[in-house]
Formats: sequence, structure tokens, C-alpha cells
Amino acid sequence: MTTDLQRNWYPIASSSDLPKRHVYQAQLLGREFAVWRADDGNVNVWENRCLHRGVRLSIGINDGHELKCQYHGWRYANRTAGCTYIPAHPADAPARTICNNTYPTQEAYGLVWTGEEATGDVPALDGFADATVLRPIPLNATTDMVSEALVGYKWNESCLGFANADGSVTVSDSNGVSIRFFIQPTDSHRSVIRGIVNSSLSGDARKDALKRHSWLLQELRDQVEAAASQKEMPAPYEPVIARVAEDLVNIPAIREDGPAADLRVTVAEKEMTADDILKVRFESIKGGLPTFQPGAHIDVHLQNGLIRQYSLTNGPGETDHYTIGVKRDPNSRGGSVAIHDDVKKGDVLAISAPRNNFPLRRDAVHTILIAGGIGVTPMIAMARALNVQGLSFEFHYFVQGESHIAFSQEISEFENAISYHMGLSPEETGKKLGEVLSEPGHARHVYVCGPGPMLDATRKTAADQGWADACVHFEYFKNENEVDDSGSFEIDLARSALTLTVNDGQSILEVLRDNGINMPSSCELGACGTCQCGVIEGDVLHQDVYLTDEEKAANKSIMTCVSRAKSKRLILDI
Amino acid sequence: MSNFICNDPVALNLWYAISALEEVHQGDVGQSVLLEQPIAYTRNEAGNVIAWAHEGDPNCDPNPTLPVKERFGYFWTSLGTPEGDVFPIPEYGEADRRNIHAASFGVNVSAPRMVENFLDMGHFPYVHTDILGAEPHTEVKDYFVEVSEERDEILATNCKFWQPMAAAASDGGADVEYIYRVPHPYCSVLYKSSPLDEARMDVIAIFVQPFNQEQVRVHMMLSLLDEANEDRNIRLFQQTIFGQDKPILENQHPKRLPLDPRAETPIRADKSAIAYRRWLSDKGITYGVIPSAA
Repeated sequence: MTTDLQRNWYPIASSSDLPKRHVYQAQLLGREFAVWRADDGNVNVWENRCLHRGVRLSIGINDGHELKCQYHGWRYANRTAGCTYIPAHPADAPARTICNNTYPTQEAYGLVWTGEEATGDVPALDGFADATVLRPIPLNATTDMVSEALVGYKWNESCLGFANADGSVTVSDSNGVSIRFFIQPTDSHRSVIRGIVNSSLSGDARKDALKRHSWLLQELRDQVEAAASQKEMPAPYEPVIARVAEDLVNIPAIREDGPAADLRVTVAEKEMTADDILKVRFESIKGGLPTFQPGAHIDVHLQNGLIRQYSLTNGPGETDHYTIGVKRDPNSRGGSVAIHDDVKKGDVLAISAPRNNFPLRRDAVHTILIAGGIGVTPMIAMARALNVQGLSFEFHYFVQGESHIAFSQEISEFENAISYHMGLSPEETGKKLGEVLSEPGHARHVYVCGPGPMLDATRKTAADQGWADACVHFEYFKNENEVDDSGSFEIDLARSALTLTVNDGQSILEVLRDNGINMPSSCELGACGTCQCGVIEGDVLHQDVYLTDEEKAANKSIMTCVSRAKSKRLILDI
Repeated sequence: MSNFICNDPVALNLWYAISALEEVHQGDVGQSVLLEQPIAYTRNEAGNVIAWAHEGDPNCDPNPTLPVKERFGYFWTSLGTPEGDVFPIPEYGEADRRNIHAASFGVNVSAPRMVENFLDMGHFPYVHTDILGAEPHTEVKDYFVEVSEERDEILATNCKFWQPMAAAASDGGADVEYIYRVPHPYCSVLYKSSPLDEARMDVIAIFVQPFNQEQVRVHMMLSLLDEANEDRNIRLFQQTIFGQDKPILENQHPKRLPLDPRAETPIRADKSAIAYRRWLSDKGITYGVIPSAA
């Protein structure tokens, strides 16, 4: 049951307790919080507990964008508290349900406010727009005892105090000085007095006021604590810590289903970032946006009914918006042209939550990022993550010419790592790739995204120069191969105990959907990897560009949107 | 059985290491606490360690005495009636090994949290930076876990982790192989490829003595093939490692190990911890844990 105590807003810290990159430990009603400010100014109030092994996040590291747990280095995003990286499994994208408990937060009157289930705004205070925050005074007493004592608080004979309906106490003197005292119940028998003065003091006047009230409040504390020690104190609060999502109990975590577009966003900004390349910023209409990881993409459902995939370019901790890059494609089937010409600032669009089929390992000794043209978008997100973490990387951007360089503002964050290769012919590109990939080695990884022929060339060059398949990561933005959908075959679904027939002209994915089996999908062109499914028996006719040659040869998985059976029958692990 | 504060029959009937034998002397009465019960001990005139429970006066009549075993350089006792002997560590008896009492260390945490930390490799790069691990070598590769019904213990094998300086005798980085045993709810034995002998393994064991549900003393025993390093250096190395774990362990909340699968978030790297939590649940142990509600 929600009580008034849980619904109220309480100050739990002074704004000055949150200097750059610090994590402050606070407590309210027996519950501990880790409180930290990101470099974008956002204040986070989180349960003081990493949900992996219960270690206090207040001993973690605030890198300005994310909070990193000290025990296993798990990283949690500014704002959403969603886990963005688990170092023990560097090749995996963490399940989106791995998310710490967050609490409502506001910053006002020089104080940071929260409440377990507070809604609306912090109460408006007349006359305190420019307040001076007093030194907080912790004391071992109940809020009632503290409130009673504060009503009698005096710094001169003219002082008069009264208790407000919200539990705070106001004391004013005849010179117009007024102090509002809030009482933070850290526990049932422990409180903190947080006072604000109704004027913005500076210099010696501020110092004198802080000293004077600190002294007087400590006297008040001694009296209240002496009285409290004679009384029996109530039992401490026992805050209940929410259990983690059920799907996290079984490992590995289950992937989420469906091609659903469950988010509604507005187009907050739309501007050209290079010739033919549009930068679009989406903001949530209501509530926050789900956590993303570098390499993630979203499905954008366009007004003309088309669904298109775009990689996010966001840096770590940029969790209040999603930014994508869209290239106008003259051969477009209507997707990019619609975004360029029809989508307007302020429009509402449906998008999917981010999905990550292109996760970035962060256990590499050195990472090489290679982008061709609009393939730069996921690379921007990756480079920004590597840069913030101080990991070694280089970024090769193959682009037609200077006017085609997109996202230069984001690139300026990591200028030292970037090399531009402009206007190269296919032969020159091949030669340059040969140089870039000349040094394979232990824990060196390559990520590449760009047009099909360039990806093929990169993969071939890497293989020829001795790079292991597992160290070359790629994302095609479309499948340029002709997909053969002829012939029929049977699929046995091992876990659902069903046998279905895929007819000439149908895809496995369509047949699954028609039979009520939920299979997540995104591009449905064999490029994104979302509809991957395990294969137990049978020969697969691979027609996708997502799996590596090694993975295709292993015959252990299939992209159900485009690939088919060579044999009469496939047994799928679903 | 007397009236003990601890009422968990499983915990009461276990053996516990209390003190290194080198620290128990004839004529001196040592004092400790086990499961909230004050106990005292000495070495009698016949040369045997005796131990007894008391209610405030350690020099009271030692009778009735508690059961005592001298194993692995420590004396072990129990407040109840243990089934059988202390679990075996056969390597301890090998003639060419050095057996060292490395440290007895107080930690404000429950015994099972301590054991889980000992089983965990994922924290090496973050907590034991540049010693047992270093970024960016953070991956915990897949390993095997089995629960041996016959020996009633957990075994994790084929655990490999890249380490810059795995032991006092190491002089560079290497993929180090580990085997973990959990033969006792509050004890664990680790086998680790020796930097000096490829074919054999160093042994590091922790024996956790719970003072109460949230405070313990950990006794660490080493059985090494190292012939070069002085005991002092070896102890300092282990104490450095311990000193790094302590502040993390003391900042875990809750201090008792939650056995509800939805209390915390396991990943594949935590396979051994998942097996350990299930094993504790199956034993019905309640001391030092928060049992699952269902």
C-alpha cells in the first residue's frame, strides 16, 4: 500500500553534493540511494544496489555518461538505469530488462528531491526563488520531534515559527528573513534538517549565515537528541527491494518478441548533416526511452506504411533522445525519400525499442572501425562509447568527398582517431583496406558497415590477411543478393512439437507467423539478424548477409526471413 | 544439545576451522565466537587441542568439551554432532608441497557471500586490477559445473581467465586455469595452474568461520609448489588480494545471500554461483542466507 510518506517529495541532497563525476549516497525511509549527476546535467536517483550482486552503486564510478559498478564493471545508462554492457560477456548485448530501480527526481531551490512514489512537482515556495542552502544537519530523532523543536528555532528575538501542512517548518523574523526547514526522514528514528534562506547570499554574508545557523542548529540537535535518548524509538523501516524481471532468472535471457512498434516519438529536430544525409532526432512523447547499446538499431514505421531500420548514433548516456542518419537514396522504395520529404518536425512516429544485433566488444586491445558512406551511423555510436571509456581504436571513414562527411560534430569528440579516405575508386579502396587490415593480432577486432561491395571487400581482405572470422564484425544495411523463394519443404519445430509446410513463394517467417508463432523480426531482408533461429537438423540454403561464412558452414542457425531448406526438411530449435 | 542462538541444525552440525594450530599454545586459553556462541580453546598436557563453549567466563570448567579435529594446519570444532570427518584435501599431504597458513581475516559479510566471491572470476579485472585480471581482458569463458552427489560437493572445471600476475611466483601475463570445489557450505578449495610446474596445481582454500550471520573470519590455507618465495611474500600477496575484496564484500546489500532466484541477476559467468545457491537451498540451510519464500 502506498502511504503519504511514499507519495511525498523530500529533499535528500543539496545540489552542491553532486559535483562533477561524483556519486553521493543518500537515504530516505530506510532506503539507500546512489545519486549522481551526468555531464548533461541530469540528476539520477537510483536504488543503491547493483542488481547483479547487490553491491552499492554509491561506490561505483560516474564517468559522466554512465555509472559503472565496482564489482564486475557492469555499466548503467544515465536516466534509464538500463544496463549497457556486461564485461564478462563482451560479445553479447545485455537484455533490456536488466535495469536498476530508479526514483522520481527533481532539482529545485538548490536541493535534490525524491520520493518513493512521488508524482507531480515539488511544492512551489513563494519567496524562495533565489535561495541559500544551509548546511544539512543529521540527527538521531523522529521527524515529529525535529519539527516540534524547529518551530521554536530563533536567531533573534523577533523570530516566529510555524509548521506547514507539508511537514516543513517556516521561521521568519521582523527583518524579512525567512527560513524554510525540510525534514528528511532517513529512517524512522533518524532525520536530516535541510534549511533554505529566502535570499541569495554571497561572500562573507553567506559564510556568516552558514556558520551562525550551523552553530544554532547543532545546539538544537543536542537538545533534541538528549530528549530522544529518553524515549523508545520506533523500529527501523524495512524497505522492500523490487525483485528483478522474471525473464532474467533463466540464463541466457530471452529475447523479446514481435515486430512491434511500441514507442511513440516526436521528430524533435531534422537537419542536413551532409549532402543528402539527414540527421533526425526523436524524443519520447511520454516517459523515458528504453536503453540502447552502441550498434543498436530501431525500426521506424513511416506514415506511408513502410518500415525501415536505422542505427542509432547516440553516445553513452544520451538517453533522452534517439538520433539517426538517413541518406536520400534515389533508388529508394519510398523509405528514405519519405523521411527526407514528408516527415516534418513535430510529427509523431511509431518506432520499435532498440535492438542490438551488432554488439561492440570492449575487451579488445585495439578496435578498428571502418565505415563506408551512410554506414557511418553505427560506427559513430561505437566510437563514442570507446572514446568515453578511453579504449584504443581507430576509425576509417570512406566517403565520396568533404561535403559528404556526416556527423562532424560527433566526430569532433574523437578527432585523433579518425582518418578520412575520400573519393577512392573501388581499386584504391581495396588497396587502402589492405593497409588498414595489415596487422591482425590477439584481441584486435574490426567492425565494418557500409555498402555491400565494400563489406565483401573488407571481409575478403581481412580473411586473406589472416584475421579470424570471429574478429571481423559487420552489418550490411541491405541484402543485395537475389533471394530465391521457390520450392516447398517441411519445418519441424522441436520445442513446439509442430510440423509446418513452407510453400513455394513463402518464407519460413511468414509460415511461423501464420501459425501463431511469435518470432521477432526487423528488416526481413536477411541483413539485420533479428529473426535468427537455431537449426537442429537439415541443410540450410543460406541467402542472408548476416551470418559469417563460418557460421553458414556450421549449419547451426538460419535467418528465417530469407533462407530456406536444401533438404526436404528442417528441424528448428523453436 | 545446549541452547544456542543459532537454530539451524545444518549449520550447527558442520565442522568449522577456528584457529591456525601454530597459534594454539599449551597454558594459553584462546577465545573465539562460532555461530554467536563464545568458545575457548587450549592445548592440554597431552598435546591435544581441546575446545569448549562458555557463557562469558572462558576459564570455566572446560567439560563437556566440543569435538575437535586437527586438519590442514587448523583445529576444527562443531557445536553439534558432525557426520563424518572434515572434507578431504589430498594434496595437503604431498611431501613436496609447502603448506602455509596465509591469514585469518575478519569481514563484515555472511559466509555464503564470502564463498561466492571466492568462486567468482568476473571481478578480477575490476577488483584485483593488474594482479588477477586487467581490462580489457574481461571475458569469462564458458566452464563446466557439476554437483557430485557422491561427495556432496560442487565442482567447477575448465575455468580459464587471463591474468597479468596470477601468483607471487608469476613474472608475466598468462591464461590461468582454475578448478573450484565447494565441499562445505562455508568452505571452498581452489586449484590453480602453478607457474612453476605445468602438470600440477597450487591449492588455495578458504575456511569461513561465521561469528554470526553477517560477520565472519576467513582462514586461508595455501598448499603450493613454490620453492623460491618466502612465506612472508606469499602471505603479503594473499593479504593484498583479500584487502581488495573486503570493501566490496562489505558493501553488498543484503549481507546475507538471497536464495530467491529473482533477488539478483545471474549471467552465464555465474554458473557456479547459481549451482551453489541451489545446493544451499536443497540443503535447507538458513544461517547466513535469506531463504527463498516459495
